Amino acid sequence: MPLLQAEEISVTFGGHRALVDVSVDAEEGRITGLIGPNGAGKTTCFNVLSGLQPPQGGRVIFDSQDISAVPAYKRGRLGMARTFQRIEVFGSLTVFENVLVAAEIRHRWSRGEEIDLDAECNDIIDLVGLRKVADQRVDSIPTGLSRLTELARALATKPRVILLDEPSSGLDDDESEAFGDLLLTLAKRGVAILLVEHDIDLVMQVCDRIHVLDFGTIIAVGTPVEIRKDKRVQKAYLGED
Amino acid sequence: MKDLLAFTVIGIVTGSVYAIAASGLVLTYTTSGIFNFAHGGIGMLMAFTYWEFRFHHHWPAPLALFVVVFVIAPALGALIERVLMRNLHGRSTGTSLVVTIGLMVMLMGIAQGIWPPAARPFPEFYSGHGVTIFGIFVTTHQIITIIVAGLAALIFWYLLNRTRTGVAMRAVVDDRNLAALNGVSPARVSMLSWALGSSLAALAGILIAPALNLEILNLTLLVVVAYAAAVVGKLKSLPLTFAGAMILGLLTSYLSLSWVHAEKIPGLPGALPTIMLFACLLLLPEERLRVGRITSERGPRVPSLGESLQGGILLVVGAIVVSLVLSDANLVRVGQGMALALVMLSLVVLMGYGGQISLAQMTFVGMGAFAMARFGLGGSPLGLLMAPLLAAPIGALVALPALRLQGLYLALATMAFGVAAENMLFPRAWLFGSSTRVVPRLHLFGVHFDGEKSFFVLLAIVFSLFGIGVLALRRGRFGRLVSAMRDSPAACTTLGVNLLTTRLAVFTLSAAMAGFAGAFYGGLRGSAQTNDFLMFQSLPLLLMAVIGGITTVSGALVGGLLLGLLQTQSSTGVLAGLVFLFTGAAAVSLGRNPHGVAFYISQKLEPLKDKVPWFRPEEPDEPLTEELPRIAAAAG
Repeated sequence: MPLLQAEEISVTFGGHRALVDVSVDAEEGRITGLIGPNGAGKTTCFNVLSGLQPPQGGRVIFDSQDISAVPAYKRGRLGMARTFQRIEVFGSLTVFENVLVAAEIRHRWSRGEEIDLDAECNDIIDLVGLRKVADQRVDSIPTGLSRLTELARALATKPRVILLDEPSSGLDDDESEAFGDLLLTLAKRGVAILLVEHDIDLVMQVCDRIHVLDFGTIIAVGTPVEIRKDKRVQKAYLGED
Repeated sequence: MKDLLAFTVIGIVTGSVYAIAASGLVLTYTTSGIFNFAHGGIGMLMAFTYWEFRFHHHWPAPLALFVVVFVIAPALGALIERVLMRNLHGRSTGTSLVVTIGLMVMLMGIAQGIWPPAARPFPEFYSGHGVTIFGIFVTTHQIITIIVAGLAALIFWYLLNRTRTGVAMRAVVDDRNLAALNGVSPARVSMLSWALGSSLAALAGILIAPALNLEILNLTLLVVVAYAAAVVGKLKSLPLTFAGAMILGLLTSYLSLSWVHAEKIPGLPGALPTIMLFACLLLLPEERLRVGRITSERGPRVPSLGESLQGGILLVVGAIVVSLVLSDANLVRVGQGMALALVMLSLVVLMGYGGQISLAQMTFVGMGAFAMARFGLGGSPLGLLMAPLLAAPIGALVALPALRLQGLYLALATMAFGVAAENMLFPRAWLFGSSTRVVPRLHLFGVHFDGEKSFFVLLAIVFSLFGIGVLALRRGRFGRLVSAMRDSPAACTTLGVNLLTTRLAVFTLSAAMAGFAGAFYGGLRGSAQTNDFLMFQSLPLLLMAVIGGITTVSGALVGGLLLGLLQTQSSTGVLAGLVFLFTGAAAVSLGRNPHGVAFYISQKLEPLKDKVPWFRPEEPDEPLTEELPRIAAAAG
């Protein structure tokens, strides 16, 4: 049973059907890819999963519970975290504070015992590789590092599932490779990862399964090998390259 | 029955004027994304201009009307769009709000400068003429008003639905960038809509001026009625806005029916737009969080505890020195600034840290002053305790319906609340009534702060303590959370933050702080009455806080002292007009930089810090006196 499931969700903007009966799922300890050309509906799908966009049809299931009517902030508390394609960092805070504020938020609603949040945040900063810029304000660091800050912030809520929206754009090749390793490490720790990414090499390298979205519908689901071979995928997406 | 018919006609006429004003507001808002608080101000200035041509220079009415509505007003609108509004696109609601409110205050200053208060007869069109329909005498002016509103509606419908320009306008509303890619110039469309909106404001102003006695403030506040009507159409739909305007016009008119007994609730007509606005706010669906906003501008570093303590001590020592040097009369003036600075601290928390807007801060100050007057007899600290306790729950109640929606609605709701409070709440006999209440000064631990010197030093101590407290708040968990929420509400939500309760907490805290400051503000003045806490007084407060620097404690101090000085130097006539003009102009030019004068000064003084080891830029008195002549010179 996957931890997070979208069941036949549909979203319409005016007359435009952004998502039509889309089903995706993410399992614990696995990295699941969600790929597709620009405008295919990937970010809309993420917005539905995280509760920022109410769907016109379909259900969202988390840990066997129907959370379709659960507001976004409560989904966060259930253990769902995400990053954004257009970066949403706390620009006036430092990188460390970005992570700390997330840990503090989690600590507040989880009403857990008093723990050393600073140490916890420092561990995350080291894990993600932001040590050098930890004390800089986020609005003064490069885009790639801002994206990593978003990831670090998401990790501070101790999520069971993370939705990553193009996390590697803005990273150079070496950084991308290190980022892939980081994702694998997180998956090993049992986190379910749903990955939207334009870097196809990265997706093929780290994902266990891949969903392909085109014009708001899922046209293929499978392992990286299967997806590479799929004719419709080649036509709709990979053929472009 | 005849009464009902007569008041229906009057209601439709009033509704027509509201509809003209409101449709102009909606038009500019939808095409440029900027909500124009100066809409009523433009109508006011144009009504005065019409009066000047028509009754001072005795131009024929059609000529004066043509020149004002079709030449000057659109030119003014286009100018405003080109100079002030165009580069506001994509900025935060707070920034564009400060700029349009600055413009509103500036226009009032211009009007007051050119046309100082005096009786200016402004007869209706074809005064005395009319026809009798079903036994009811309808004046020609009323008929003209209804026809103009109908024509405006028709022309609008045709323009938006049947012309290329209209399609371009609607395209820009839907997606500015996409429209640009398809060969539409968003800048030109936006300029055109501001020109049109401005014409409509002029028309509404001229039509309603006879009823409002050509009075600056009342005409300017037409914007409150206009947006109350526009909220019915969610600030977007023109037909619904028309309907809202008609409902408002009819309701206002029916209140005059003898069997309605509206006189039992004094001030109800003035508060009607507010009531309608709040009713609509409750019905509006919750906002969808927008993703992909601009990030915050780079702001000043938050001072450490040590630095803020140093700043506080310096301020108190400075205040003691000042209290020994200045005469009592001058101390009251500076004290007024200090008390206003204390009020502005509440805006630093709300707007500077939280990114939320309140246009009713003086209303909360009034509640604090009332609490001190009522419960602080003999200077009892109970009054001081009751001040925030009274202001906070009312603040929470006012903010709650608007906080589910985007930031603009909070500005609209608080402004409307301020208007309702001055009409319905404060004039109540158990509150201020029509008289003046004595507000005592604090008596604590056997010490009386009745004297001007001691009260001034007390004000400085209180400001310092609150400043240190506000900075501690900013450095702590709550401050981080509030800053995070300002920078990205969407990210906060996904982290598990309930935006509504957090925003409510910030607004309630801010209202409580303003109420607390009100106890001192009232104490300084010694008395309080309804007219001390009009909604309009919240606007210069906000603008000057932005000019001083809304994101810093030192900014509040600079802003407060500046406002205090300006207020006590001039209270009437041309000089007051200049003060408005200066405040508005400074806010318009500084509105883009929320860190204000204080930040500018501290940056300039940064190199000094190394040379003078004990010096900190938080120290307020010196930079202010240095800076004043420069600002004065800049303002001309």
